[in-house]
Amino acid sequence: MMIKILIRNAFRHKLRSVLTIAGIAIAVLAYGLLHTVIDAWYAGVAASSANRLVTRNSISLVFRLPLSYREKIRSADGVKIVSYGNWFGGYYKDEKDFFANFAVEPVSYLKLYPEYKISENETTSFLKNRKGCLVGKKLADRFGWAVGDSITLVGTIYPGKWEFVLSAVYEGKHKNVDETMFFFHWDYFNETMKKVRPFSADNVGFYIIGIDRPENAAGIAEAIDAMFKNSLAETLTETEKAFQLGFVAMSEAILKAVQLVSFVIIVIILIVVANTMVMSVRERTAEYAIFKTIGFSGGYIATLIIGESMMITLIGGILGISATYPAAIAFSNAVGTYFPVFNITGKTIFMDAVVIIIVGLSAGILPAWRAMSVRISEGLRKIG
Amino acid sequence: MVSVQNVTKTYKRGNEVISVLKDISLNIGQGEYLALMGPSGSGKSTLLNLIAGLDRADAGSIEVDGIDIAMLSESELARWRAANVGFIFQFYNLIPVLTAYENVELPLILTSLSGRERKEHVYTALKAVNMEDRLRHYPSQLSGGQQQRVAIARAIVTDPAILVADEPTGDLDRVSAEIVLELMDRLNKDMGKTIIMVTHDPWAGNRAHNMKHLDKGVLSNDDQDSHS
Repeated sequence: MMIKILIRNAFRHKLRSVLTIAGIAIAVLAYGLLHTVIDAWYAGVAASSANRLVTRNSISLVFRLPLSYREKIRSADGVKIVSYGNWFGGYYKDEKDFFANFAVEPVSYLKLYPEYKISENETTSFLKNRKGCLVGKKLADRFGWAVGDSITLVGTIYPGKWEFVLSAVYEGKHKNVDETMFFFHWDYFNETMKKVRPFSADNVGFYIIGIDRPENAAGIAEAIDAMFKNSLAETLTETEKAFQLGFVAMSEAILKAVQLVSFVIIVIILIVVANTMVMSVRERTAEYAIFKTIGFSGGYIATLIIGESMMITLIGGILGISATYPAAIAFSNAVGTYFPVFNITGKTIFMDAVVIIIVGLSAGILPAWRAMSVRISEGLRKIG
Repeated sequence: MVSVQNVTKTYKRGNEVISVLKDISLNIGQGEYLALMGPSGSGKSTLLNLIAGLDRADAGSIEVDGIDIAMLSESELARWRAANVGFIFQFYNLIPVLTAYENVELPLILTSLSGRERKEHVYTALKAVNMEDRLRHYPSQLSGGQQQRVAIARAIVTDPAILVADEPTGDLDRVSAEIVLELMDRLNKDMGKTIIMVTHDPWAGNRAHNMKHLDKGVLSNDDQDSHS
């Protein structure tokens, strides 16, 4: 009987209930999308491995490091493998067709990134062809590239037209792997540099270092930086996660604003539901007095009111969560490769659920308390 | 059955204290049909609320079947009302989202009756008020008189000893009011219910066995047996 009353009460004013549910659904959708945007910002951090360190010039990423550091770094205790690369910064056809592209030493790089899933044939093809390139599946799909296609990138930092052959396409082994990147042979890059800009040759933008155990990261990083202390190009070595967080920190103000907006959305949902419940309970003060008259306890009335609040919020919340998935796909398509990894995580859905429950309970508590505390004789006076 | 002794009740309106009932004493026997009459604001509904355990007196005692209801806690009082008092109101006060059947079933939710037993009780109560053919109707689909009959079925479904009725015919036309009053007569005569009815309608009041008049919170001495 209680469930029956609860459901019928929730839809007594159909238009009001539908508008409230729509408001909650939109707010939950917005909250979920904003959380996914924040997650997307941290995608690089989430995809970082605890077994990888990044060494760069201590002054800035703009300054490079000599290639000769590679052997010295490899000699440090705990270092298993060393790879290196340069940020290339080229674009395809039009400047707006921008994506992340790097010149890397391919053999060591692929060993360091086992999360890239590539077929054996394509791996061999990529490693053999000095003009070969490896691209993520999302990027290949975006431009309609297939293995064997010729691709020309226009350099911005390193001017000129750079010719490549698509040798391999990778997919991520898990969802947070960025599938929008473009890699090519560092040797091809360096040989070209030797011809057109000799002073830039034999320099790398960063080293990626594979280490034996994550707990040794701090000691190894310290040892590597000590090797190059007082040299012309001092190094800064940090975990891949810290390196990625450094990029995120540049956008911290925006992230804080997004977080603030998501908090404001929660407050808005709370006000919308609380307003509906306050209006409903005020209209039904006399009915609750009748329940009490008949012998129902205040607890029963509170359960009716909070249950109604929960039901409205749950329906809106479930609709909102369901709408978040297609909205996220549409959003991801609209922003292109700006957010290479744009996945709704389990944590976002969990946070949605927590917000829904908190809002449902909070919005019902005050009206329930008021209905419980109204004296029967006062409540009955509101009839007629 | 009901013993009201030296009961007073005041209300506060801002800083003003309004005395609604002044030293009221009254005895109502089992099976009695009493009409409490008086002009608006005389305190008759307040007295009815106190006897039915809907409100508490400032002073004095109210005993029903030997139980001093002033001594009961809120939850005990709620249980006592559920078991002992049936309520009939001027505006019927049915729950609009429940059908006639469900409205009558409502008080039985608080009992330990099984679903089948509840169904039997509801059918019996609705049959007693000749509303068994309107089970699935919502209050908005019933006339005022029909709603009041459903409300009476709800009041008697738990078989309480006392029925309190606050202006039960106040919102009805003469024909519907007559049906309701006849029904109350039957409940009193055939089922032995003690009925306390508040009304300012002499025509309704005359149906009771006894009448008591309240004016400005004082019970006047011109009590009369309306049937004598």
